[in-house]
Amino acid sequence: MVLLKIKFTQQRRVHLAQGLWLLSWMAVMWGAIIFCLGVYLKTELLRRDEVMDNTEIHVVPNILMMVGLASIGTNWVASRVCQDSMDATRFPRWKVLLLVWFAVAAVLCCLLIAVVVLSFALQGRLEESLKVGLRNGIRFYKDTDVPGRCFQKETIDRLQMEFRCCGNNNFKDWFEVQWVSSRYLNFTSKEVKDRIRSNVDGRYLLDGIPFSCCNPSSPRPCLLYHLTDNNAHYSYDYHSEELNVYSRGCRQALTDYYMQLMNSTGPGVLSVILIQISVLLSMRYLQTAMEGAMGLEDPEGESEGYLLEKGVKETFEDLKVNALTMLKFGQVDPNDTEGSSEAAEKDASPTPAS
Amino acid sequence: MAVFRLTFTKTKRDKLAQVLWILNWISVVTGIILFSLGLFLKVEINKRGELMAERNIQYVPNMLIAVGLIACAINFLGGKICYDCVDTTKFLRWKLIMLPYILCTFFFTFCVLVGALMCYSMHGELEESLNLGLTEAIRFYKDTDTPGRCFLKQTVDMLQIQFKCCGNNGYKDWFQIQWISNRYLDMSQKEVVDRLRSNVQGKYLMDGVPFSCCNINSPRPCIQQQITNNSAHFHYEHQTEELNLWMKGCRQALLEYYTHILQSIGLSVLIAWLFELSVLTGVRYLQTSLENGLRQGDLNSESDGWLLEQSFMETARVNLNIIKSLGKCNQIDTANNGDPNINIPCTSKANYGPDNVPPKEIPEAS
Repeated sequence: MVLLKIKFTQQRRVHLAQGLWLLSWMAVMWGAIIFCLGVYLKTELLRRDEVMDNTEIHVVPNILMMVGLASIGTNWVASRVCQDSMDATRFPRWKVLLLVWFAVAAVLCCLLIAVVVLSFALQGRLEESLKVGLRNGIRFYKDTDVPGRCFQKETIDRLQMEFRCCGNNNFKDWFEVQWVSSRYLNFTSKEVKDRIRSNVDGRYLLDGIPFSCCNPSSPRPCLLYHLTDNNAHYSYDYHSEELNVYSRGCRQALTDYYMQLMNSTGPGVLSVILIQISVLLSMRYLQTAMEGAMGLEDPEGESEGYLLEKGVKETFEDLKVNALTMLKFGQVDPNDTEGSSEAAEKDASPTPAS
Repeated sequence: MAVFRLTFTKTKRDKLAQVLWILNWISVVTGIILFSLGLFLKVEINKRGELMAERNIQYVPNMLIAVGLIACAINFLGGKICYDCVDTTKFLRWKLIMLPYILCTFFFTFCVLVGALMCYSMHGELEESLNLGLTEAIRFYKDTDTPGRCFLKQTVDMLQIQFKCCGNNGYKDWFQIQWISNRYLDMSQKEVVDRLRSNVQGKYLMDGVPFSCCNINSPRPCIQQQITNNSAHFHYEHQTEELNLWMKGCRQALLEYYTHILQSIGLSVLIAWLFELSVLTGVRYLQTSLENGLRQGDLNSESDGWLLEQSFMETARVNLNIIKSLGKCNQIDTANNGDPNINIPCTSKANYGPDNVPPKEIPEAS
């Protein structure tokens, strides 16, 4: 019981080969686009590398780049097969390679589907990574004299201004860390000594934020210090003031940005999956139709193309048997060797008589 | 004595026509590039429109846009003419138009050159415009409640952040104006009242700057208030402190940005001008060699091509005379009461018919 049989005349075979050739070149182009998308996503992730704790999310662009390159190679091979398919002398040499090709194409489709799933599934991991990375960034903001952390301040300032965000969850994160370096604190001043004594760790905590949190859209010049004290500023209410500083946290801002980036690559990836599947199916039809035609007395006559020679279940059974046989072939079976050596002796003995 | 005479065989002429056809199409692309450069400059100037005072700086991008469009049209026509010049019958169609076309293109290349030079001369006007515009913008920074100026604060803040600059000439410009609106000043406080009384105009002046002047690269949290007071901050000296605020003035930063754009555009326009000039020279040679071929009677033979038929001075003199006589044509000679027919001497013998017998005088009737 053949799966999805279609009859192919010579004319139809030629059309199929031509159509498949065009389709495979289109797939090559899409493979290049997928590769470029992967490269772009990777560079965007690497740009904010300093505020991320781990690189788990990098698996998405890595797979995209790999699949893009593999897809270019695979579909280029497909176009060569199409060119050779019209020539009966050159087509048979692709026979073994085609089996490998089908396996590779199927693996590519699976990987692409995996990428789509991963880009949604890894959102939680990305948020975790950003949370830890930003917390460290804010903690080491003041360490502009420590090698390895000198540019943490610049990175965080630039990040907050570019993404219009403040702190990890919101601006209150700055109240919990000492972000003013001790070398700029006057330890003889009473105010400084009071603040340092007010907490267990001896840190200089204040209800102030760095200038990069300031919102330029605010109608009022930016208030940076004494934010929780309504009396420190004229006509100011800490609870209702929304425009003074950015209200969004940087973790939320970065997660939204990366999710949007990965979602926008979604339609591209889905169309590549569709094109790859159609190339796979067309190649299978072309292969079976050409093999059928070459087996006929008249190579230009009608032949049949199908997806699977037997039904789906039967094909699986066949594949299982083949795989087991191949595995057994590797094993040495003592009964078999005795039997084969006896057969060899039997073959050898009659020869001197004749 | 022709200027730069060259001899052209039929094959050479055809080849010249084909090459010129391709070059004309490349010139159409160049025209499109000029048009888009003009458009880009216009968009860039309008983006910072709020920071520029009213000055005649729009004429440069407008000129570039016009030149680009005209270049497309002229070179499209030129391409068509050159394509047809290979075929003798088609050339006769264009014969009369070719010389006016060459003259127009010659004057047009002048316009392209003027456009290129204008790009370089815009510098002074632009500086004036930016100076006035930025002074106004800084003055109205605090007016976020006045309609028409609500977004000036945001514009100035974004400008200072993006271009890494502070104030007009430097950060001290902020000390001379009131940039905090009165609605955020507590008039009952002594300090505020003192500051207001300290100057003639009653402005709240302070040695502080807005947050957008802060330098990201500073190792120290930004010092915005009491900048000139060394004792207000620990371990701080405002004369030697360079990393705290942006040191460059916004006028200089914007000027550098626009000068860079204008220089690139000016260079591209100059290259386009040279290209146009070379295409024009080729078309002139093609035209003169084809016309000479026609004059000789055989277009398939060798003919000469030149830039000018006589030397430069002769051509100039002849053309001036033509222009003068055109002028005289309309003037009336007032010596004979305006009648041009009186007193014209008979220069030719009278012709009395085929046998040349003068007529008898008819006796007057009594």
